[in-house]
Amino acid sequence: MTGFTRTRYTARAQRRNKIATIGFYTLGALVMLLIFWLLFTILSKGLPALRPDFLIKQPEEIDPGGGIGPVLFNSFYILFISLLISIPIGVGAGIYMAEYAPDNRFTGALRICVESLSSVPSIVFGMLGLAIFAEYFNIGLTILGGGVSLALLNLPMLARVTEEAVRAVPGDIREAGYALGMTKFHVIRKVVLPVAMSAIVTGICLVAGRAFGESAVIILTAGLSTSGEMWDFNLFSPGETLAVHLWYVQSEAIVEDARQIADKSAAVLVFVVLLINFIFRFPLWLGNRRKGR
Amino acid sequence: MGAPVQSLASKTPKRAAQMQSSVNEKRHRRHLLGNKLSRFYFLFSILALCFVLGLVVVFIGKTALLLFAHVSPAEFFLSFNWTPEEDAFGAAAFIVNTLSLTALTLLIAVPVSVGMAVLCAEIAPKWLKSFIRPVLDLLVGIPSIVYGYLGLTVLLPFLRRVSGEGLGDGLLAAALVLALMVLPTICRISDDAIIAVPRKYRDAAYALGSTRLQVIMRVVLPAAKRGIISAIILGMTRAVGETMAVVMVIGNTPQLAKTLFTPSSVLTSNIVMQISNVEFDSSWNYALHMMAFLLLLISFVLIFVIRVLGRKRGDA
Repeated sequence: MTGFTRTRYTARAQRRNKIATIGFYTLGALVMLLIFWLLFTILSKGLPALRPDFLIKQPEEIDPGGGIGPVLFNSFYILFISLLISIPIGVGAGIYMAEYAPDNRFTGALRICVESLSSVPSIVFGMLGLAIFAEYFNIGLTILGGGVSLALLNLPMLARVTEEAVRAVPGDIREAGYALGMTKFHVIRKVVLPVAMSAIVTGICLVAGRAFGESAVIILTAGLSTSGEMWDFNLFSPGETLAVHLWYVQSEAIVEDARQIADKSAAVLVFVVLLINFIFRFPLWLGNRRKGR
Repeated sequence: MGAPVQSLASKTPKRAAQMQSSVNEKRHRRHLLGNKLSRFYFLFSILALCFVLGLVVVFIGKTALLLFAHVSPAEFFLSFNWTPEEDAFGAAAFIVNTLSLTALTLLIAVPVSVGMAVLCAEIAPKWLKSFIRPVLDLLVGIPSIVYGYLGLTVLLPFLRRVSGEGLGDGLLAAALVLALMVLPTICRISDDAIIAVPRKYRDAAYALGSTRLQVIMRVVLPAAKRGIISAIILGMTRAVGETMAVVMVIGNTPQLAKTLFTPSSVLTSNIVMQISNVEFDSSWNYALHMMAFLLLLISFVLIFVIRVLGRKRGDA
């Protein structure tokens, strides 16, 4: 008798193995189906009914047929402000952690700080913004407050994606730079950052997508209303964003077509987030393909 | 800077060479200065991050601790009576609800996400992997408010039909929504942990005649245990802190969730529903800040656990 005889034990093991494989594939298929069904539900409910004037019209309080013009604008405006503040600091912090940080206790403490900050719930950043801007500076709920609070939320994530991107740059091209007599900063600027750029931009897009849909922070710092004007660049006017508007029409609005507005707002929201995630990465992806990487 | 040097060079070659070297000198010095300044800038950035963390802890903590001048800690942590209008600030119901919601979420999410991670890392062919991973990233990108909206418009009517309950709001609805939200987090990190298991472990098990299921259950998953637990805890931090998706489906009633369909409230949802309407200098506001401070503490403890797990893996 050889060792390869099919015993009852091995037969059972093989049967279980087959069942488990089928089980795993079924699970995967179900989850994938669920995700696509969700995306389809959101987009199909909102997009077909979407007219261009919905995107630029004023929201209505009482009459049906209101649009989302100012809130959509505020979404982009607050996102822009928050990125303007958080990208220089977040990327700088990431570069420090990847390139400069010595391997000692101080760096360990910094790392704990970054991790703790990234675990802080977004609502807590909202409360911080509320305490700083509405109470301490007493300027009420403003676009500026929303932008700054959102920037704080973005910081740890930006630092992390930058650190990972910079760490992934191979050491030998860095050494080639040093061998030519370049200073450390020069190497970072001319060698490391260009190589890491595509990963950093991808990370920034992920962060921007998240920030665009963030609502818990904005609801507490920028408020539930707009100034009622389109193209209002004033930093001190109230800045309801699209995500907050979705919450507002769903919970408090008395307009009779609130449901349609919510459907369309949700679709626009998801559509823009997907757009941010894909469109900005597309040129990079194309560039990488051309370079044959 | 090149142009004047060029014109001088045609007149007096010697002087031009001197100029050239001083230009080089200047450029060199500028580079050294830039090098030094940039170092300070990068250090400043990371310190700014730490400063923000300090700001969060101090601002929230300072206001939170004012609460205990008016309300005893025992009442806040042990009383189930939250009626701020009558000065009753018992947050026990929110704390218990938060814990049970997180537990229920993980109960649903962990088997599914770890299963997906195993499928991704061990079973699926390459084309399927490169399909599943971006789709899961897609799930991360959907804003939490949209999850809440879907829960409200799709999940709640479905739950009402299935269970026969009148409202459908409550822990189960919130846990289902949250489970979907933490799924990609747990799945992607467990996936990485499983891939990091050395190939030789698997080869040894296969050489002994194991089937793939046996390899997965007895070798790969135990070896990737720490990474998977870290992934689950990371999912937990997301579930504990999630606000907008929960607030739309949980019912927002300050009471203990005795059944899966009791309209109730958790720490985050209670904060966001009430904070805009309260005076800054009131016990009510202090109580809400104390709840936020609790959230902070929970997150920090979870992060600490992840670090301990990670360190032990490094030693082994």
